[in-house]
Amino acid sequence: MVSASEVAEAMYKMVKESMGQKKLKPTDLTKAMLEIYEGRVDKATCKAAIKELVNGGKCVYTYFGGSYLEIPHREGAAND
Amino acid sequence: MAGATYKTPKLDELEKGPWPSFVKEIKMAARRSPMANDLLGQLEKSYTEKIGYWKHGGIVGVMGYGGGVIGRYSQLPEEFPGVSHFHTIRVNQPAGWFYTSKALRGICDMWEKRGSGLTNMHGSTGDIVLLGTVTDQLEPIFAELTATGFDLGGSGSDVRTPSCCCGKARCEWACYDTMAVCYDFTMSFQDELHRPAFPYKYKFKFAGCPNDCVASVARSDMSFIGTWRDDIKVNAEEVKKYVDGGLDIINNVVLNCPGKCMKWDGKKLEIDNDSCRHCMHCINVMPKALAPGDDRGACILIGSKAPIVEGALLSSVLIPFIKMEPPYTEIKEIIERIWDLWCEEGKARERVGEFIQRVGMGNFLEAIEVEPLAEMVAHPRENPYVFYEDYFEEGDEDEDEEEEEG
Repeated sequence: MVSASEVAEAMYKMVKESMGQKKLKPTDLTKAMLEIYEGRVDKATCKAAIKELVNGGKCVYTYFGGSYLEIPHREGAAND
Repeated sequence: MAGATYKTPKLDELEKGPWPSFVKEIKMAARRSPMANDLLGQLEKSYTEKIGYWKHGGIVGVMGYGGGVIGRYSQLPEEFPGVSHFHTIRVNQPAGWFYTSKALRGICDMWEKRGSGLTNMHGSTGDIVLLGTVTDQLEPIFAELTATGFDLGGSGSDVRTPSCCCGKARCEWACYDTMAVCYDFTMSFQDELHRPAFPYKYKFKFAGCPNDCVASVARSDMSFIGTWRDDIKVNAEEVKKYVDGGLDIINNVVLNCPGKCMKWDGKKLEIDNDSCRHCMHCINVMPKALAPGDDRGACILIGSKAPIVEGALLSSVLIPFIKMEPPYTEIKEIIERIWDLWCEEGKARERVGEFIQRVGMGNFLEAIEVEPLAEMVAHPRENPYVFYEDYFEEGDEDEDEEEEEG
């Protein structure tokens, strides 16, 4: 089985590469990981990986009609 | 601050009359809060120009959580600097909305210090809603709330803060302990509440009886409505007292029964319990004479929602009757199966009720391994699209043919 940390790294890479092009939901990442690591990753590991990314501050949850995972960035709507 | 500094002729109209007024409350808060003062100014401008000057934030929150904070910014920060940031915080309310005055004072003191001082008790989902704060205050607010035993509620594509009626704490009709289940589910689904991982929101509401005081049948993705499966309890003497006291039992009770299951011969009330629809009407009219039966539990329904992305939906029956006994393992297993399916196949921003409409209730039930039952069909005699193909076993058709030939 693949560790949660390794999955977290792969998820982080996906999120980073899609920044500015497509917002990814946690389910998008989970589905992608299940496909990439066919049979070697389960949903619980994906859940743990997301938790690791968010608790470690590498990703943040954002809301734009639905909830997404993104790299921390300046709020577009924010007033300075 | 001396007081509100804006002239607000339009808002002032909303203070007239004998009713409580949000304008009056905001003006009171504006005496000490620049944020509330600028809120008045911006609102008056919005009423005058018929434009809402708010921007929706999408990123503010507290570390580790994906819900509980709704970002809000003014589009006119130079004109109304007090509401440049005006974020909302949802706080998970205690089951049944019971508080000590000390707990409420703690929240209010904290909010006057770190926010606008304006609250909404309670939001539509049930949370305590704290209106208006700035980004830098979010973590200190979270720290103070959690130190006093409160937590943030849900927002975004997650389990929204579960809510329930006061149940057995204050109501004689409660058919199960709504507050216990609400608390249990809140604790069991902490990850799902704080870490959005669904296509869209998912709401639980627990009503102790079919009166449904939390409107679960219309406002939750999964409704738990207390009910009973034995006979309505009748106290004949009390029925007589109601009638002697002037109750028009024929017009107010018998003729209003949706199941037409009651008869009154002038002396005795008869109930055909098999036809009872458990609507509670007769019990509500004669609370001293009638009561729900003793074999109590809940009916679980699925799929209601308010009209946000698509139209409003009411819940459909999923489990006609289940005993509500901890640790609720059977129910939680069904919920997990529903979430697995919905996360796998649901579209972005598709509520579970809309998902069921799209794939069909039959396919949905098959996928979550729940047997279809007659109680799931709202109007079985009127619906030509209900098929009972599963009732035919292999070989049945041959038998039918043989019978026809014979």
